[in-house]
Amino acid sequence: MYETLAKFSQTWGLLYFVILFAAVLIYALWPANKKRFDDAASVPLKED
Amino acid sequence: MSLLKRHVIFETNSILLTIGILFVVAIGGLIEIVPLYYLKSTIEEVEGMRPYTPLELAGRDIYLREGCYVCHSQMIRTMRDEVERYGHYSLAAESMYDHPFQWGSKRSGPDLARVGGKYSDDWHVEHLINPRSVVPASIMPGYPHLAQRELETNALKANLNANRIVGVPYTDAQIENTIVDLRAQTNPDDDNVDAFMERYPGALVRSFDGDTDRVTEMEALVAYLQMLGTLVDFSLYDDKANLR
Amino acid sequence: MGEGGFIGVMVLTALLCFVIAGQALDMPMRIHTVLGALAAMAAAFFTLNRYFKRPAELPPQEIDGKPNYNDGVIRFLTLISVFWGVVGFVVGLVIALQLAFPALNFDVEFLSFSRVRPLHTSAVIFAFGGNVLLATSFYVVQRSCQARLAGDIAPWFVALGYNLFIVIAATGYLLGVTQSKEYAEPEWYADLWLTVVWVVYLLVFLATLWKRKEPHIFVANWFYLAFIVTIAMLHLVNNAAVPVSLFSSKSVIVWSGVQDAMVQWWYGHNAVGFFLTAGFLAIMYYFIPKRAQRPIYSYRLSIVHFWSLIFLYIWAGPHHLHYTALPQWAQTLGMTFSVILWMPSWGGMINGLMTLSGAWDKLRTDPVLRMMVVSVAFYGMSTFEGPLMSVRAVNSLSHYTDWTIGHVHSGALGWVGFISFGAIYCLVPWLWGRKQLYSLKLVDWHFWLSTIGIVLYITAMWVAGILQGLMWRAYTELGFLEYAFIETVEAMYPFYLIRALGGALFVVGSFVFAYNIYMTIRYGDREEAAAAPSSAAVPAE
Repeated sequence: MYETLAKFSQTWGLLYFVILFAAVLIYALWPANKKRFDDAASVPLKED
Repeated sequence: MSLLKRHVIFETNSILLTIGILFVVAIGGLIEIVPLYYLKSTIEEVEGMRPYTPLELAGRDIYLREGCYVCHSQMIRTMRDEVERYGHYSLAAESMYDHPFQWGSKRSGPDLARVGGKYSDDWHVEHLINPRSVVPASIMPGYPHLAQRELETNALKANLNANRIVGVPYTDAQIENTIVDLRAQTNPDDDNVDAFMERYPGALVRSFDGDTDRVTEMEALVAYLQMLGTLVDFSLYDDKANLR
Repeated sequence: MGEGGFIGVMVLTALLCFVIAGQALDMPMRIHTVLGALAAMAAAFFTLNRYFKRPAELPPQEIDGKPNYNDGVIRFLTLISVFWGVVGFVVGLVIALQLAFPALNFDVEFLSFSRVRPLHTSAVIFAFGGNVLLATSFYVVQRSCQARLAGDIAPWFVALGYNLFIVIAATGYLLGVTQSKEYAEPEWYADLWLTVVWVVYLLVFLATLWKRKEPHIFVANWFYLAFIVTIAMLHLVNNAAVPVSLFSSKSVIVWSGVQDAMVQWWYGHNAVGFFLTAGFLAIMYYFIPKRAQRPIYSYRLSIVHFWSLIFLYIWAGPHHLHYTALPQWAQTLGMTFSVILWMPSWGGMINGLMTLSGAWDKLRTDPVLRMMVVSVAFYGMSTFEGPLMSVRAVNSLSHYTDWTIGHVHSGALGWVGFISFGAIYCLVPWLWGRKQLYSLKLVDWHFWLSTIGIVLYITAMWVAGILQGLMWRAYTELGFLEYAFIETVEAMYPFYLIRALGGALFVVGSFVFAYNIYMTIRYGDREEAAAAPSSAAVPAE
């Protein structure tokens, strides 16, 4: 049981981790998102 | 639909964001907690573990109420100095009936996992009333009110029952005889001592505060302290068989 | 649910509380149910009273095309967090002195260190920190969405209901009502009440997001949302309990032993991760850009920061259980993720600090901004120390000692405390329509008193912790343990004194803080009405 779980986490678990991180990176760095993110970065500066 | 479109959905939809957060944060907890219930090696096979007697359980509740866990751990780590100072390292099995666990996180005072039997009852009573009378440099608060107050038992039976609901294997007879057993454990002359000993093999029977007329909170707490870490028979325990 | 429904529910709640009070098996239960009944009746009465007094129309969503922000409840939350902050710090000083001078326990059960310490931790984390998070989240979600807070009585229900929970928890500790689970001590009925309040909080927050004008949800709101949702999950799982009786304040936790240890520290570490980190990072991502008048340094980094932080934090719990009876695979998992966690933490720190690029000169002239920037620096320090202490070899020395206490306080006083002070210094002039704070000079005093206090505190605890850890494992030449336990306690005395001195400075600083806030509200120069639509244009609450 323990060996099975360890094996699972060392393969699929790692893969899940990497995919999730890659997805976040792609989303954050996607060129088309740049404009929106630049606008969003100034949200706190808008007048009330 | 382009990949970009999908991002937009995600960042503009608060419900999806909420679900995304829940998904991400649920994974870690599930993987760390759930296997502890299914891996046999989590809790060792040991001889001697039994549920707390009503008196010990009441004493444990006073230990919780006064916040002893704030300064005392009940977890001897697998390190040479700890084993030499406190005794055999703690096993998972030894806290299997602890709802909740009392491993603690800070040692402003010493570990209590195996304090049972190390000091006399008198020492404990004196120490709890005025710690500095027996340990001059102690920084522990005194708890004199414990010695004066009679133990409140009106919810004790329900307490055992609640423990059974969450998995502590109390029998019908044990729950039925909660108050009888409480009296019997504090008075060796009581008629029900034999029946009590049958229900809780190996339990200590004596007046823990020298007063057989009434059961005080002090008596319950000392009874609990005196059994801590004494249940498992380490002469029968095989370290190697339980390597994890 | 309208006002009528709410009044009905409150009356029923009051009745239920009275029934339980009549049958209660113990005194704390009786006191708390009477308290609950009184609170419910007061809620019903004031809602009814307000119904007859208020105009038939609810406040408009917008006035002259500008959002009509609901700031009354935020004003209340800001003031109450100042109050709880001062209380929590003073109690902390008291227990620090009790450790140096045990006579200060007075051998009175209600005043013993063991009952007062949970009061201190809950007062600073949940009462002070929690109210700051409620106040700032209500402020930020409205401004960043350009929309009025959702709900009419709901925001007030959240604010007052949460503080009722605090009062029940705090009085409970002194009366000896506790589950004995650290940072989750309140008993089953308080937990149930908090669950109700928290669900309403989530709904108010989400419903305000739904009203926003622009499609994008600002990143600070992501952090607030993660904080609200995750705390709900942790709270429900860790506090799962079977009450001994409906009429008893006592309950039995569902989990036991090793599993309970894992659940507890999964909860405990993520109370740090999601309450004391994610929530306060939301403050950082709104208030620092706002105060510095600079956009967030890298919005992309903030997104990566967010997802990696919440993903990694949730695994870190087992590092509280190194060398214990928890299976080693779980300990290893916890340690690994804790070390990786260093990365997103520092990513966030860099993002906060670099937001000042182009405005570094403001650090000299604006002590409020300086306070917030130093808080981010403390965040960086404690998120480096944390991963270090989660390494098994280091942990074998630091665990169970005052090093942990020092680590917690560099995060709590330095990061959470300073960012909260900074946010409140910003909020008060904005909310009360004042031109500026009563005195920036006093902010300076507050800053220096607190900083020196923190430095004394954490250095004393470093030395105390490492010293005690080394003494526990010291051997003589003949191979015997060198020190009795009590000798390692005696060695702590000078450091406990220094710690108390540091704490006293921090407490004095908080008095200066409270005085400055009071004077700003009472005597501060009013801003022109036109320039402050947020306060002047709001109809009576």
